[in-house]
Amino acid sequence: MEYLKAFLIGGALCVIGQLLIDLTKLTPARILVVFVVAGGILSGLGWYEPLVEFAGAGATIPLSGFGHSLVKGATEAARTDGIIGAFTGGITATAAGVAAALVFGYLVALIFKPKTKM
Amino acid sequence: MGIINHTHVLANRPGVVSHAAIVGPKEGEGPFKGYFDEICADDKMGEDSFEKSECLFLQKSIQMALERAGLNADQVSFLLSGDLLNQIISASFAARQIKMPFLGLYGACSTMAESLALGALLVNAGYGQHAVCATASHFSTAERQYRTPLEMGCQRPPTAQRTVTGAGATVLGAKGGSIVIPRVTIGEVIDMGVTDVNQMGAAMAPAAADTLTRHFEEAGLTPEDYDLIVTGDLGEIGIQILEELMEKSGWKLGDRLMDCGAEIYKGLENVDAGGSGAACSASVLNGVILPRMEEGAYQKVLFMATGALLSPTTTMQKESIPGIAHAVAFERRE
Amino acid sequence: MNYRNDQDPNARKQYARIISRYNPKSPILADCVKAFVVGGIICMLGQGVSQFGEEVLRLTPEHVSSFTSMVMVFLGALLTGLGIYDKIGCFAGAGSAVPITGFANSVVAPAMEFRSEGVIMGTGARIFSIAGPVLVHGLLTSIIIALIRMFI
Repeated sequence: MEYLKAFLIGGALCVIGQLLIDLTKLTPARILVVFVVAGGILSGLGWYEPLVEFAGAGATIPLSGFGHSLVKGATEAARTDGIIGAFTGGITATAAGVAAALVFGYLVALIFKPKTKM
Repeated sequence: MGIINHTHVLANRPGVVSHAAIVGPKEGEGPFKGYFDEICADDKMGEDSFEKSECLFLQKSIQMALERAGLNADQVSFLLSGDLLNQIISASFAARQIKMPFLGLYGACSTMAESLALGALLVNAGYGQHAVCATASHFSTAERQYRTPLEMGCQRPPTAQRTVTGAGATVLGAKGGSIVIPRVTIGEVIDMGVTDVNQMGAAMAPAAADTLTRHFEEAGLTPEDYDLIVTGDLGEIGIQILEELMEKSGWKLGDRLMDCGAEIYKGLENVDAGGSGAACSASVLNGVILPRMEEGAYQKVLFMATGALLSPTTTMQKESIPGIAHAVAFERRE
Repeated sequence: MNYRNDQDPNARKQYARIISRYNPKSPILADCVKAFVVGGIICMLGQGVSQFGEEVLRLTPEHVSSFTSMVMVFLGALLTGLGIYDKIGCFAGAGSAVPITGFANSVVAPAMEFRSEGVIMGTGARIFSIAGPVLVHGLLTSIIIALIRMFI
């Protein structure tokens, strides 16, 4: 059941992205920004957490989930540590993903070479 | 008759002494595979970067054309060349290897026509016996400069075009060759406000229509005076727009109109609206059109390459895309 | 239409109307179905990774989400290096761009591309050239929202 929910919600979020690509002239990089900011705002309004509870990875794996983690981390840290927490909480909560992207990206760049698309 | 200052009649009729076209593997799968002088299976040509490979494509095509003309570099008065990359590095670095008097040109994908027009004017005026006109482009260098890194997974809209990997070179001479250049038309920059970088054909079509109508008006010719009118890389969509624009000005082009970009990848997958890039028209002209003319398939051909004069910076600053087109007429010597 | 007067807004409008007739439409329905299926599968995979962390590795809830991100980013990075992720992206569009594996792809692709300019100023400087805006705006959003909620 969790898998079905993850599939449906995750797929639906990707469809929103696809509509943005096809109907607007937004480049993929801009669409990723839209997703992170939108996820963050929805999280701030308290609407994203119920979606995560319902769909699990279906809500956390899309980049809107990254925005949600940032906002959740920042607000929770702000509650305990004040303004300093607001500044540190977001990075702390998402550090694993960003650091993994950096480390694996760097390693892959050392090992593989880009190829022409045929 | 209006102003006649775009079209130049070349009284001394410079000749096409030789030509060469080298392309990459994808181009070698298309309908012209039997025509190109060389198809490189490795589009990196053994180099460690795609930029170096593009430069080598250009260098090899120039050397091949020279060899076929039986000329040494010191018998050439002008090397007229350019490419799409910043600071036209492929042309300059190829010229570093081939020692000839060098003039670097930038006309984006119109470079083949620009270099031919300029070379024909120079040779016609009596400056030098030979001019080499050449250009190159490479899918992987253009992707990096204008679009996204190669391994980025993103969909391309159906209006997008694929940059041709390859190079083409023509040697022009005051004497010799079975094909001559009787006239050229230098185009103006025209920008009808297209901002979408995936609609290059639409951005360039007005410039193509303008140069073409000026060519007919100023030279007192009609489309019927040519067996073939070859455009550069308008693509499948741009070519239809050009036809409509020309019809609106009262010129019917019909079957004699052919676009290198719309043809070069015909039948292949993942090419959307066709080919683009400086090598698109350069490889088809030098690999297909000129040899076919020499065989006698066509007597008179008008070659017009189009260019979109944008840069990634102007795109990000929300500028629209200026287009340009130059036309070069070819005729078999009587 | 007068394209010799190309600064004229009316001529430009007229031309925009002409080209709109020739523009092939993106196959939106087919694109959306592909994005839905591929995006859904990637999220299901994420669900599996997360349950593996929870039930097999018995990680704490915070560590489960970190573990899931790291594994998914690793998969995205590896498939990018092998030259597979760009093919998936061609097919799936947003279906492979929106999940965190697509974020990994947008980090790894420029890192590989600019390796030819050296590891320090090539890979090092360009690694976040596409994902950088995502981090910048995501972080700004989180700090602004956290500050607002402190005072409300």
